[in-house]
Amino acid sequence: MTSSLVAFIARRVAAALVLVAVVSTAAFVLTHLAPGGPLTDVLIDGGDKVTVAKKWERLGLDRPLVTQLGDWVGGLARFDLGRSFEYDAPVAPIAREKAANTARLAAVALAIALIGLPVGVLTGARPDGWLSAVITPIAVALVSCPPIIGALGLLWLAVSTGWFSIAPGSLGVPSLALALPLAATLERLQSQATAEALRAPDVMAAAARGLSPQRVLWRHAAPQSLRPVLGIAGVLIGSLFSGSLAVEVVTGWPGLGQLMYGALAGRDVFLVAGCALVGAVVLAAGNLVADIVRALVDPRTRLA
Amino acid sequence: MTRVGLGILALVATFAAAAPVLAPNDPATPFLNRAYAPPTRIHLRDLDGWHTPFIYRQVLADRVLSRYVDDTSTRVPLQWWRDGRLFGVGTDGGPMLVLGADPLGRDIFSRLLFGARLSLGVTALGAAGALMIGAVVGALAGVAGGWLEAVLMWIADFMLVLPAVYLLLVLRAMMPLSLGWTTIFALMAVLFAAAGWPQVARGVRGIVSTERTRDYAQAARAIGAGPFRLVGHLLPAASGFLAVELVLLVPAMLVAEATLSYLGLGFPAERPSWGTMLQDTANVRLLADAPWLLAPAALLFIVVLGLQLVLGARSERTHLKAASRS
Repeated sequence: MTSSLVAFIARRVAAALVLVAVVSTAAFVLTHLAPGGPLTDVLIDGGDKVTVAKKWERLGLDRPLVTQLGDWVGGLARFDLGRSFEYDAPVAPIAREKAANTARLAAVALAIALIGLPVGVLTGARPDGWLSAVITPIAVALVSCPPIIGALGLLWLAVSTGWFSIAPGSLGVPSLALALPLAATLERLQSQATAEALRAPDVMAAAARGLSPQRVLWRHAAPQSLRPVLGIAGVLIGSLFSGSLAVEVVTGWPGLGQLMYGALAGRDVFLVAGCALVGAVVLAAGNLVADIVRALVDPRTRLA
Repeated sequence: MTRVGLGILALVATFAAAAPVLAPNDPATPFLNRAYAPPTRIHLRDLDGWHTPFIYRQVLADRVLSRYVDDTSTRVPLQWWRDGRLFGVGTDGGPMLVLGADPLGRDIFSRLLFGARLSLGVTALGAAGALMIGAVVGALAGVAGGWLEAVLMWIADFMLVLPAVYLLLVLRAMMPLSLGWTTIFALMAVLFAAAGWPQVARGVRGIVSTERTRDYAQAARAIGAGPFRLVGHLLPAASGFLAVELVLLVPAMLVAEATLSYLGLGFPAERPSWGTMLQDTANVRLLADAPWLLAPAALLFIVVLGLQLVLGARSERTHLKAASRS
């Protein structure tokens, strides 16, 4: 590992830590500032003000916001994210379990979506071939199918045909809803990049040396075209993450998005802040992996 | 393909603009005994032969199963230009439900048309805002250079990796739940603009900082053009990029609106957007019997598809270029 790569990774880790700190602090403060403050839903559900005030006192919610934030940050050092009011349990294990579910969903979706890459190489190599004629319209349609729409469409398909299960916790609908537009995006990008790589001087030189078209495509053009596609891996991971929020709520997948949605509705401050923290960690980790992969295949980015 | 896409977008925009004329019914009126009613079919002929367009009155046959039968004994002729609406039927034969009814018996087609105004309007406003902020910030950074460029781009980079949808959710949740639809409209547009500008700014900065080394920019500076005048000379070079960015931002914001409203944090039920209407699909088992509840999702798909067709391969090229530049 070269020193430039180490320095690059160190810078990215530092940036990720700043991101995590800002997001979770913002979530903590914002939920506190929300109208009615924490536990508002107890009032709505018929609880009286005295009960809520007592609960506030017991949970330490009546102290100044800065003190509470200080305590919360202090707890972070011990991996203590405070207690959830709704679940009446520590936040850390709940958030970790749900984050693992979200990560699992995202990993399955990403694995399915990677099919787009080899298909893109093939369609990019022969833009006028029969394969492109079949794949391109499908890909354009799927790119236009954002996860929330895909999830609803797939649910409809599932209930009207019974081809796959819609029980909460089954992976079929949520993973496909996330994977299909992503696969199509990867296919479109890889196709475009491959077509451009085939016109690059070094690839044309390889073809001129008399290498077989297959070898020119897969050994010379494909790796070269993978580089710019990996360049937007960070963007794709971000979109996977934000898409999973809607998909989780629509399909009932017990992930971080669904947990956070419930926590926001109940003004469960510590749970919201915990979710934001864990979510930022997951997202930052994904971005970090994307950056490192990119730095490995494209040394130029290490300077960024 | 670009023309097909433009055609789709123009058609949807026209439908949204002409909603009060095109909608056969009031979007907020629940019709008695019409919950989950299927789309009213428009007929041209019956056993007697051909007629002007007519419909049959729907009659509730089974309240539990929401089953409806057509009353084929009388033809209800379609009336043109009644009460300032393009088409419809009188109260005795109606209501006419082009795309069926929602769980409260409201006309989905009319709600879809009026919802388009909110969904497309807030998206267009948000995208325009993001484009404007991004162009100004990017041009400023590219022309100024030095520490100002570093700080502005650092902020943009930071905002790009934020979990935007989650933050939108937190921001929206900290505000009062019941807001007027105009407030929500303004709020969403501001939030969308705030979330969308960074990627525009990055691209514009890249274009402006290469462009300002060109001869024409040097010449402008040599004859004494200040930084603002210089930006005016340099920005046209970014116009192609800005056009592509606009088309890329719109789908993301449409989906964000749909998500927020679906989650109950967007437009209220009495002024529904497409996202609000999708709340009716929450009971997925009903979808098999009432797929017309998915009409807003289908329309959203069509709009995004239209945008994709307009862009063609430009979308991929922009992404790839941005990736190799950063």
